[in-house]
Amino acid sequence: MTMGEALLDLDQKLIERARQAARHITAGIHQHITANTTVTIERTVARLFGIDGVDEDDVPLPNVVVDNLHKDGGLKRGAAFWLGNAVHYFGYDVQEVAEAVARGSVDLCKVPVKDETEAYHIAQDLARKAADRIATVRAKREEYVARLGMGDEPHLYVIVATGNIHEDIVQATAAVREGADIIAVIRHTGQSLLDYVPYHATSGGFGGTYATQENFRIMRQALDETAEDIRRYPRLVNYASGLCMPEIAAMGALERLDMMLNDAMYGILFRDINMKRTFVDQSFSRMINAFAGIVINTGEDNYLTTDDPVEAAHTVLASQFINEQFALRAGLPPKQIGLGHVFAIYPDVEDGLLYSLAQARMTREIFPEAPLKYMPPTKHITGNIFKSYAEHVMFNLVSVATGQGIQLLGMLTEAIHTPFLHDRFLAIDNAKYVFNFARHLSDEVLYRKDGRIQERAAQILDKATLMLEEIEKIGLMTALERGLFANVKRPKEGGKGADGVVPKGPDYFNPFPELMLPPELRRRLERGEAV
Amino acid sequence: MTATARLKMEDVRPYGDTANDGDVQLSFTLPLPPGDVATEVAKTIARRLGLEEPAVVHSQDLTNDFTFFIVYGKVPFGVDATRIEVPKVQVESMDFEEINEFVRRKIGRKVVVVGASTGTDAHTLGLDAIMNMKGYAGKYGLERYPEFVAVNLGSQVPNEALVAKAIELGADAILVSQTVTQKNIHVKNLTELVELLEAEGLRDQVILVCGGPRITHELAVELGYDAGFGPGTLPPMVASYIAQEIVKRGLAKRG
Repeated sequence: MTMGEALLDLDQKLIERARQAARHITAGIHQHITANTTVTIERTVARLFGIDGVDEDDVPLPNVVVDNLHKDGGLKRGAAFWLGNAVHYFGYDVQEVAEAVARGSVDLCKVPVKDETEAYHIAQDLARKAADRIATVRAKREEYVARLGMGDEPHLYVIVATGNIHEDIVQATAAVREGADIIAVIRHTGQSLLDYVPYHATSGGFGGTYATQENFRIMRQALDETAEDIRRYPRLVNYASGLCMPEIAAMGALERLDMMLNDAMYGILFRDINMKRTFVDQSFSRMINAFAGIVINTGEDNYLTTDDPVEAAHTVLASQFINEQFALRAGLPPKQIGLGHVFAIYPDVEDGLLYSLAQARMTREIFPEAPLKYMPPTKHITGNIFKSYAEHVMFNLVSVATGQGIQLLGMLTEAIHTPFLHDRFLAIDNAKYVFNFARHLSDEVLYRKDGRIQERAAQILDKATLMLEEIEKIGLMTALERGLFANVKRPKEGGKGADGVVPKGPDYFNPFPELMLPPELRRRLERGEAV
Repeated sequence: MTATARLKMEDVRPYGDTANDGDVQLSFTLPLPPGDVATEVAKTIARRLGLEEPAVVHSQDLTNDFTFFIVYGKVPFGVDATRIEVPKVQVESMDFEEINEFVRRKIGRKVVVVGASTGTDAHTLGLDAIMNMKGYAGKYGLERYPEFVAVNLGSQVPNEALVAKAIELGADAILVSQTVTQKNIHVKNLTELVELLEAEGLRDQVILVCGGPRITHELAVELGYDAGFGPGTLPPMVASYIAQEIVKRGLAKRG
């Protein structure tokens, strides 16, 4: 069976109408995205050029450099030019330039411009080296996957969240040996709102572990070692979300993370991050993820934790269409767009299993190439761990029956604490049992014409299309202001990080899009054509 | 005849399949590779917990030198249920209409409630269940109550910001939700809020309520809260409590 085989008899014209509306919706944000940069995008440039480390107050040097430019209005020209210029003028390498700024002996905007062409040339050269390095990392992943493989889909995705990277490694490698395919290191819960990325290996997070480049590196190394033993390549996940979306994408690209949570609207809705900031940041971060071969995961599951899972199901689909278009515009091919959804219907809903099958199968058919990420129930999970375990059997069954790609395993102690070692084992055991026991179920199942499942899917598609066409009329920013998603209203100028958005000047320079975006896509974006 | 009538309230033990058999189950992981030694350690732990006839019914290699155990055993003592006292929130339960009528009659102004998930907690499920318009399990949340002004600050709210908002709005009550916790961070968060309110001289002027899966009324009171609500709490319980407490403490009139 091909993944997208039409079992639900969905109205193909309606799907195209919805997709077309989403194309127009995201194109409507394009002007805003191209006209602005942000502090975290400029810090990403600094990082990719090779600036790393912290000053004596533990402020990351990319922040030091970008703050130095920002105070003198230099960001409208882009950090790349000023860094190239300082490297040329002083004859330092770029890290030495950053250290000089940290010491207070250099103000980047005040460094005399001896030779503009040479400054651009140096910046372009630094960018090319960064792109080459990321391409090498990507090739290394491809080599691993070709040599060791990744296991059958749906891939088993589990979370570690101890707060201590060394403890995380113990749990992650145990999980991988038990059969997990994907390890996500949950971040320290406050991290999404930090406008910097901490440095060093860390051991003091709560609810999760800080995302730092060093933590990425040592977890990757541990998983690589385990990969050789188990003859399977385990994938590593983190969060290119929050106020530092593109910086974390860059760190992940350099340290061979394989997947990133990276949603175009999640930060706006659920972390109250300014929408203008997020739209610009998501675009740059996705471009890096695309170039690095990183699969993104979107966060539509969250809508149904604040909204009713039966009534608001169409908002998930509408958002998936929007996320897909934003992703395509940033150069992500469909195979790297892991659209999210969730097994969220309350266990006491009659025919809840049928509704769940309808939504999961519908998502599969509408996005045939996407490695769909299926999230477990959390909203109504109680301390009854035995009931939770039963619900997870159903969740796993729907997944294997509908061809999902990435299965975030439910933990039976979801409502109680971060997972114990054996909670994770029990979750893996549950999924392995169900996936094996029903391995080819999806090949054998047909859905009755105009039956409950087909009707439910048609209804969701219909409502999603109408919603997208309404958003198309009012524009995405206004739609978010009016609370169309997740029942959450966000003002255009409100939220965190708004002051980090900087309009580009006419001489703005950033060498990365030219290196990372496919040329054909760049041409289309420049001409305002559909992508 | 119900079990409690048939068995002695003075000598209550876990019930497996026979009266007073005391059967309980445990599961846990040991940082040992599977084998005789690990199994014996598991049994010894059960025995030292006081369980009699501990039986390891299942053990499972979790790799990396960890082993998971499922153990059964018998509790060899009974507890006198007649002597147990459970601190509970003292509240006369009212429904949506009754609460609004109570506020109109006895308070005579809107009740202002500020709620937040504080600290690093990014989860708002419990808070939303109590505060959001839609509420939970068919019971409207506080935002729906015409006599309440309910302000939900959402997740990851620093205690300082919560206190500042409470002052700004002249809140009658502060609701704090703590959902996900690790290494008892919720206790630290909750304590810090009490200390802040005391430092601002506000503690006596607000009704301070916390809730969440790990919260009991007893814990809440111990931490300096007026009330704590655990899992399964519905919005009218919280609304009834706040309204009645305002009257009881003479906070209805605003100076």
